[in-house]
Amino acid sequence: MQKEMIEARTPPIMTVGALAWIKGNLFNTATNCLVTLVIAYGLFALIPPLIQWAFIEAVWTGESSADCTADGACWAFVNARLDQFIYGFYPPEHTWRVDIFFVQLAVVLAWLMIPAIPGKKYGLVYGLVAMPITSWIVLSGGMLGLTPVDTHDWGGLMVTLVLAMYGMLASLPIGVLLALGRRSEMPVVRTFCTVYIELWRGVPLITVLFMASVMLPLFVPEEIVFDKLIRAMIGMVMFQSAYMAEVVRGGLQAIPKGQQEACDSLGMGYWKSMLLVVLPQAVRMVIPGIVNTFIALFKDTSLVLIIGLFDLLSIVQAGLNDPVWLGTSTEGYIFAALVFWIFCFGMSRYSQSLENKRQEH
Amino acid sequence: MLNINNNKDALAPVIDVSQVNKWYGQFHVLKDINLKVMRGEKIVICGPSGSGKSTLIRCINALEEHQQGDIVVDGTELTRDLKNIETIRREVGMVFQQFNLFPHLTVLENCTLAPIWVKKENRVEAEKTAMALLERVKIPEQADKYPGQLSGGQQQRVAIARSLCMNPEVMLFDEPTSALDPEMIKEVLDVMIELANEGMTMICVTHEMGFARTVADRMIFMDDGQIIEEGPPETFFNNPASERTQQFLGQILSH
Repeated sequence: MQKEMIEARTPPIMTVGALAWIKGNLFNTATNCLVTLVIAYGLFALIPPLIQWAFIEAVWTGESSADCTADGACWAFVNARLDQFIYGFYPPEHTWRVDIFFVQLAVVLAWLMIPAIPGKKYGLVYGLVAMPITSWIVLSGGMLGLTPVDTHDWGGLMVTLVLAMYGMLASLPIGVLLALGRRSEMPVVRTFCTVYIELWRGVPLITVLFMASVMLPLFVPEEIVFDKLIRAMIGMVMFQSAYMAEVVRGGLQAIPKGQQEACDSLGMGYWKSMLLVVLPQAVRMVIPGIVNTFIALFKDTSLVLIIGLFDLLSIVQAGLNDPVWLGTSTEGYIFAALVFWIFCFGMSRYSQSLENKRQEH
Repeated sequence: MLNINNNKDALAPVIDVSQVNKWYGQFHVLKDINLKVMRGEKIVICGPSGSGKSTLIRCINALEEHQQGDIVVDGTELTRDLKNIETIRREVGMVFQQFNLFPHLTVLENCTLAPIWVKKENRVEAEKTAMALLERVKIPEQADKYPGQLSGGQQQRVAIARSLCMNPEVMLFDEPTSALDPEMIKEVLDVMIELANEGMTMICVTHEMGFARTVADRMIFMDDGQIIEEGPPETFFNNPASERTQQFLGQILSH
């Protein structure tokens, strides 16, 4: 029998270090050795020429594609068109208004994401309510002495961000309401929400956008038909909120029934128990799904090119048709892809940090 | 702290259940239940699982709907009217087998959520009350932790404090110690005994017969959806009238 309690001991020293890791993971069997070597050769064959092309031989400034060489990337094209890629056809003397929009967006994101900045609650209210309103006023003008700028002139990255931001801000709350409605005990509400969700999820986004831009004006009197950008935006929100509803519903289903019963037994009504207890838990649980939908929405904004709106991708594409910059399509698409990737990757990282925070308790 | 309302008629039962019947589909779970609970009375309900004892107390605060009969709580009749239901729920606290604490809120926030949002108390006031009650269930030092960081016994004590924060007239306990490790049962029972000694009206569904002997004014034995036997604990334990009660007691007291 054990006479004394066993003292806690330190774990045995493991084989650590870079060499041990390489040996243990890359060259531990004959097959792995072979695979490692093949991949290493592939990387060796690909990366140096890529760096050569993208950086060393690249031409950064110039007037036309004639200034570029065949061996390097023609970043001069992106450089020369950068203003248009960002602001579209927004009047150059007014682009400071777009900058205000970008700055507001950056401020809100930093406010919400950097833990050290206090007053997250106010940041959230500002981001969800104040910023969308002020941004719209500043961008479209016609108020406060700002010259109106028609949305026909909007384009590039700003349109992508406008569509994505308003799309996300609207589709999450609408999605939450639809999810609650689909689980409602009231048959009319439940049926309506179910039909709505199934209808919009069953239609391709392109169809929705065509309907919004082409069909709607046919049925609705001309005076009522509003701006094409707003129509596209509404179409996207309707579409994405159906997806969002299903994501949120997944979270709602994962909350134990006891939570609702505890709320009931404390006399909290439906909305109080939903808003204070059930939804905060459900939404936290499905952050990865919500962000996934957001990322999809962000990239789907590029579909508006088919109805003649110029988001980042379509304005890059339009620039490629310029005879002065012939042969620069690779650079243009790489640039557009890179910008999209930066935003989407940022969202993904933010979602991961939220998840980690959730796991702390 | 516990303000037992003296201005109400002390002789009228605080809970009056008469001729209540309930079905789950075709299954008859509660059969002609009659139960009057006086102010300050402590009632312990026991019986085999599936006998309808949890269902009965869940009907009292309308977590379950009954199809026939009347339930009157503190003068308010339980109807399908949401206003009525919410009034009754504010008067009746409930402690669940699985605690059902809100995992995304701290212990203190769990306790102050309903007082602030339902009773519209101001935060400072609500936190003061909550701290006093956490003191009473002997875990004030855990106020800023999350439920997941506490042991089962501690969580159940928080759940009791959370209910008490609404200053209820009646407390319902639905097998409060059944999900606990044996070493934690006592700390929860101690809190319940203290609560009973302070004059709280209590209905407990439990298998803790030691606790029942200590606090119960009246024992109720349920089987097959009906009240088989009821009476003071001395007679109930020492001299049960019905054979089924004897059998049940024999089974749970034999070891």
